[in-house]
Amino acid sequence: MSETYAPLGGKLWTKPFSILFTLAVVGIALMGYRFLFGIGAVTNLNDGYPWGLWIVYDILVATGLACGGYAMAILVYAFNRGQYHPLIRPALLASVFGYTLAAFAIVIDTGRYWNLINIFLPGTSNIGSSWMVEVAISISSYIVVLWIELSPVMLEKWNKTKLRRAVHRSMFVVVAFGLLFPTLHQSSLGGLMIVAGNKLSPLWQTDWLPALFLLSAISMGFAVVVFEAIFSATVLKRPYEQKMLSKLAWTIPYLLGAFLVLRWVTLLANNGLSDLAFNAKGIMFVIENLLFIYPLIVLLSKANREKLTQLFYASISILLAGAVYRFDAFLVGFDPGGGFVYFPAVAEILITVGIISIELVAYLFFVKRFPVLPVLKDA
Amino acid sequence: MGTQLKTDETLNLPYSEELAAQGVTRRSFLKFCTAITAAMGLPAGMVAKVAETVANPKRPPVIWLHFQECTGCTESLLRATHPTVESLVLDVISLDYSETLSAAAGHQVEEALHASVEANAGKFILVVEGSIPTAENGIFCKIGGRTAMEIMADIGPKAAAVVAIGSCASWGGVQSSAPNPTGAQGIHEVFSDKPVINLPGCPASPYNLLSTVLYYLTLGKLPQLDKKNRPMFAYGKLIHENCERRPHFDAGRFAQQFGDAGHREGWCLYKLGCKGPETYANCPSILFGDVGSGAWPVGTGHPCFGCSEEGVGFTKAIHEQAEVYTVRPPSLYPETEPTQGKGLGIGAAAVVGAAAGVAIGASAATAKKTKEADQSSSTES
Repeated sequence: MSETYAPLGGKLWTKPFSILFTLAVVGIALMGYRFLFGIGAVTNLNDGYPWGLWIVYDILVATGLACGGYAMAILVYAFNRGQYHPLIRPALLASVFGYTLAAFAIVIDTGRYWNLINIFLPGTSNIGSSWMVEVAISISSYIVVLWIELSPVMLEKWNKTKLRRAVHRSMFVVVAFGLLFPTLHQSSLGGLMIVAGNKLSPLWQTDWLPALFLLSAISMGFAVVVFEAIFSATVLKRPYEQKMLSKLAWTIPYLLGAFLVLRWVTLLANNGLSDLAFNAKGIMFVIENLLFIYPLIVLLSKANREKLTQLFYASISILLAGAVYRFDAFLVGFDPGGGFVYFPAVAEILITVGIISIELVAYLFFVKRFPVLPVLKDA
Repeated sequence: MGTQLKTDETLNLPYSEELAAQGVTRRSFLKFCTAITAAMGLPAGMVAKVAETVANPKRPPVIWLHFQECTGCTESLLRATHPTVESLVLDVISLDYSETLSAAAGHQVEEALHASVEANAGKFILVVEGSIPTAENGIFCKIGGRTAMEIMADIGPKAAAVVAIGSCASWGGVQSSAPNPTGAQGIHEVFSDKPVINLPGCPASPYNLLSTVLYYLTLGKLPQLDKKNRPMFAYGKLIHENCERRPHFDAGRFAQQFGDAGHREGWCLYKLGCKGPETYANCPSILFGDVGSGAWPVGTGHPCFGCSEEGVGFTKAIHEQAEVYTVRPPSLYPETEPTQGKGLGIGAAAVVGAAAGVAIGASAATAKKTKEADQSSSTES
């Protein structure tokens, strides 16, 4: 850790910050309404679709997007590529908020949220036989790990040198857990849909869903680091970390390739294409695959990897691909029968928008007030 | 229900021994009697009377004539899956003359026929299988030098009752299909001395014959007949009314072609030309071959072709759509599963659209900056 980090400083209440803050307030108000009048008052969830936008976006997609910390930890710690270390703190920050708010979203989405405590109590926990419990415990533990991993940022700011050293000495254990937990729950999240059986279209249903979700989560993790570095540099008017991002991007085509090979081998083995037709499922299937294939082709070329614009578009494509894949596997390809239909209600969407806004507001606050972003010597 | 079933002691003892020798237990004997009583549409209390009739050693003589036919009806009666019950039935009646079952042949069997007719005049049951050719004085079917028309005119008036078994005997069957070169006609069209009970079907269900005979023997009268002289207990309802696939018809779930998804799911075969809606028979209830559920044409996935119905079987094309006497299927059906939950609303669409717009705008603005950076870095190098 030779590089240095510094708070960005500057004005906090910019125009985008104010807009995001307003959306966050609207979201929080609607969450209050949900806790007073129940889930039915704000959502279109029904007996056929008990999982809707909140589970799919706030938990599946958001933790996928929050895999930046996980992906960078794999690269830096597991593969010992220390040169990427400067990217770790901003990635971790995004992960911390992504995961913390995902956990909060579970509380909002659970009808009898006061019973959630039973997941953790030894007498009532169904650990060992339920993937959902495994996901819940793993995500909760990872949030603790993430906050410890991020703690040096705050301890630096508050000049708690002694505590910082203690954290630093035990960090290798924390980092090991930080690699373990996302591997567990990102795969288990996919496993949740195996139990849906024939309710999930064969275009998506396979016993390999856990592996596919894990691979796409790591891909999203790298993509979000690239996207966030470019986007935040533009918004915060900082120089681009172009060289490092170009080097980082070489891993992505291999991950996407591995994902697509596994995806299509399992798809063809299950004769999943039998369900392909010109309908919402079919269209989303094609879009999803194009979004995965486009960045694979673009990023295979070294010349493209050195262009910020290509990196930016490719990273957006991967993030959308991962998001669309999760929406497809949980909502589009899912037909519970019984004539049930579902599309999120306005209030439901606004709560999700509110959660995203809280995340962005907190991110902006942290990078401006805490030493998160690396000090860059040249433009 | 008040009638007590008779025990073995009150049943005729020699007969019971005979049954036991053939491996028929008392239980399977009574089961058979119960089933046949139900098929006749008689109340359960009649089982004892039917059992008594079956056990009665005074068996009425039956003369079985074959004209223009394929012997399928005889085969279906003999090929029952319970050989003991089938032999029991042959013991219920005294089959004095049957070309298929006779050991004798030629003049010998012809003599036996005449001897039986003379001896039992006015007492025997005449079962006729096959149509009677009438063209060119009926020369197309001759037995012992006499045409079918002559045989029927000779033996028919001497019978106690005449039963026409199978579609051929009932209304002409396959031979009467256009152009009908032999001028084939059903028994009742040629012979009018006595009422003829028609048991159409190709083949006719053997149980319908057994039930008719036993009904006559038990109650001493003929069962209630419809306008076409068919027993009401067997031909009183359309196949369509008792079909196990009827709910699919009502819900509008039709197999559109053989082997399609609907056909594999067991949906209604109406659109494949099933004649169930215009054919009267008890096939869906009584089935064939005593092998359990599904053992009848529609049950195996083939549309009914109306074999028992005059003007339908052997007349209409197999895939021609049937006349529906009951409720015609509408061209549009209400959803079987009403939509539950709320789909995409205008407000939600607007919010999603706005969010997508902001995301695209922000991306485009960022891309503009990165393009500038790309250009400056390429000019540097």
